[in-house]
Amino acid sequence: MSLLEIKNLRAAVEGHEILKGVNLTINPGEVHSIMGPNGSGKSTLAQVLARRDTFEVTGGEILYNGKDLLRMKPEEAACEGVFLAFQYPVEIPGIGNAYFLRSAINAIRKYRGEDEMDAMDFLPLFRENLKLLEMDEKLMNRSVNEGFSGGEKKRNEILQMAMLQPKLAILDETDSGLDIDALKIVARGVNALRGPERSMLVITHYQRLLNYIVPDFVHVLVDGQIARSGGPELARELEETGYGWAEPATQQALPA
Amino acid sequence: MSSQVDTTIRGLTEQDYQWGFITPIDEDRVPKGLNEEIVRLISARKGEPDFMLEWRLRALRHWLSLEREKGEPRWANIKYDPIDYQDITYYSAPKNRPVIDSLENVDPEILRTYEKLGIPLQEQKRLAGVAVDAVFDSVSVATTFKAKLAEIGIIFCSFSEAVQKHPDLVRKYLGTVVPYTDNFFAALNAAVFTDGSFVYVPKGVRCPLELSTYFRINAAETGQFERTLIIADEGSYVSYLEGCTAPIRDENQLHAAVVELIALDNAQIKYSTVQNWYPGDKEGRGGIYNFVTKRGKCAGVNSKISWTQVETGSAITWKYPGCILQGDNSIGEFYSVALTNNRQQADTGTKMIHIGRNTRSTIVSKGISAGYGQNTYRGLVKIMQGATGARNYTQCDSLLIGDRCGAHTFPYIDVRNSTARMEHEASTSRIGENQLFYLRQRGLTTEDAVSMIVNGFCKTVFRELPMEFAVEAQKLLGVSLEGSVG
Ligand SMILES: Nc1ncnc2c1ncn2[C@@H]1O[C@H](COP(=O)(O)OP(=O)(O)O)[C@@H](O)[C@H]1O
Ligand SMILES: [Mg+2]
Repeated sequence: MSLLEIKNLRAAVEGHEILKGVNLTINPGEVHSIMGPNGSGKSTLAQVLARRDTFEVTGGEILYNGKDLLRMKPEEAACEGVFLAFQYPVEIPGIGNAYFLRSAINAIRKYRGEDEMDAMDFLPLFRENLKLLEMDEKLMNRSVNEGFSGGEKKRNEILQMAMLQPKLAILDETDSGLDIDALKIVARGVNALRGPERSMLVITHYQRLLNYIVPDFVHVLVDGQIARSGGPELARELEETGYGWAEPATQQALPA
Repeated sequence: MSSQVDTTIRGLTEQDYQWGFITPIDEDRVPKGLNEEIVRLISARKGEPDFMLEWRLRALRHWLSLEREKGEPRWANIKYDPIDYQDITYYSAPKNRPVIDSLENVDPEILRTYEKLGIPLQEQKRLAGVAVDAVFDSVSVATTFKAKLAEIGIIFCSFSEAVQKHPDLVRKYLGTVVPYTDNFFAALNAAVFTDGSFVYVPKGVRCPLELSTYFRINAAETGQFERTLIIADEGSYVSYLEGCTAPIRDENQLHAAVVELIALDNAQIKYSTVQNWYPGDKEGRGGIYNFVTKRGKCAGVNSKISWTQVETGSAITWKYPGCILQGDNSIGEFYSVALTNNRQQADTGTKMIHIGRNTRSTIVSKGISAGYGQNTYRGLVKIMQGATGARNYTQCDSLLIGDRCGAHTFPYIDVRNSTARMEHEASTSRIGENQLFYLRQRGLTTEDAVSMIVNGFCKTVFRELPMEFAVEAQKLLGVSLEGSVG
């Protein structure tokens, strides 16, 4: 059975239709990449999957793990194993990273009817993942994302993913704003989490990330629809040709 | 905000007050109304010495003249129907008044009430290091750890007991920080106060326990007029905790307490409050009117008084714990979290009066408004002519939950010495949909997400609270917002 099945998905923001019939199937363990020009709806797709209610679903359906994802609240989707690494991670002043993470882990455990994770079990796991992502432990006593550099915020997203062990990880432009060293660290973190039990949807504007996280499939989203699909070679092709081929239609639609 | 969040917020806000119950116990009360006869009756019931009765009567006369001339203070940003002061019962005490020293003599109904409140009154249940002087309605019913404190010369008892056993101390300090002429409610309190707490920490003694009092209003139509006096003698230190909850009542109940703190040379007083009286229902019916005068005097050099308050209850809060910084190098602090939900109104803040040289004050105020709540910060920082080198830092932050509530800030500054350094920061923010979504995406419910954001917002205040109180305050905030969280 596939983990995720998106059928003819349509979504709007403030009355503007952005997704115009997206079809996508992801099987357990697969890594799919979504590429596409800015404004094509990549983040919109990610947020709809994470059930943000400012995005209005106007058509289609999403089956996740055999369940109707569109009926879930954000926290239910999260507890069912959907994780979104944000393009723009949010700051939560006054709440320490470690406390926040443990609260998240325990909220998910509670949902699943499992016992709470105590500090004794949490800390070693936390330290291990900090090391994986080469993050300073001191950073973790600070408030969530507050005063973090752009790169630190992105690494923090992957750290959270490593701690929360999702079934479906959606990475929204995790590479943007990262220098090459940070990119390699993040990619290593992501690759460490690849496995038969975990699927990933890696959203990126640039092919560069896909040299380090090699996807099984690549899809190109243009104007709210998947215009092309292929293997990793599609990403390399796009690197050479750019999105120019996809843009004339958009340009023509603009007023002169 | 999205409709999903709105609904949750409403759900949270509409939670019932968890601590609303009434304890059936026999009461001993005087007739309704306020006049010289009533004041004499109260004083006689308590077997007070003449100086107390005379002081009360002077206060009453002053209050009567205030009432004739201009009535209650009207400058605060609060609205309520006129109070009929002749329709209030000014004294009630549990009839089965037990011997104070032993819990076994306490009315079991009262103990059950405390248990429902989650107050760990019984020693085996008590958090180590906390002595509890429980005030039930107006009379102290249990005092613990007194013997231990007495060994090192600390007096911690009910105000009534102090009047009997330590009249000289009471006489020397009563009304020296908050005279009965201070304001309308201070005059009222001085005339009719029934009980409260008294603390004296002798020279050089560091009080080894957090002293704690839980206040509770129980009798219907009974105004509660507490009076607390804390004296920290030279070089001493004391931390005092005050916490309260009250059961549901239909009529509004007036609470006009007075707290006076006195810190002599090199002494420190830390006074922490968690206030969770009944806030009234969703439509604003019922609830406590909390009109309190709290003030500390840093009388000695290098002395320090620190107020920390978490105000989540009451229909109306009118409260400005302040410091008179008289001693050179003395320090005043005010850390406040005030939460208003539904129809609650709070007008609260502080007064820092710098008199001595190199005096310093810090003000951190966090106001949270939800539902139709109205939250006002009102603060005065006054630097007198002689206060050379005085410094003040003020930070006022407001957090809005939903769009039907309000936040207001009135910082008054009066500087009469050009060497003063003043810093002021202020902010107003709304709980963002993006913050809520981020937390929910990590698995937290909307309620927990709001609670987390609010607790983060209040962190700089919570960390000033004693540990066990901080935990309680966080829980309380979550509960008070349940249904309010937007
Ligand atoms: N919250 C929003 N309000 C209004 N328009 C939005 C919002 N989010 C996205 N959009 C619009 O939707 C379109 C797709 O945006 P997005 O999904 O972020 O694209 P991408 O991630 O592919 O760059 C853009 O035209 C963008 O301006
Ligand atoms: Mg995007």
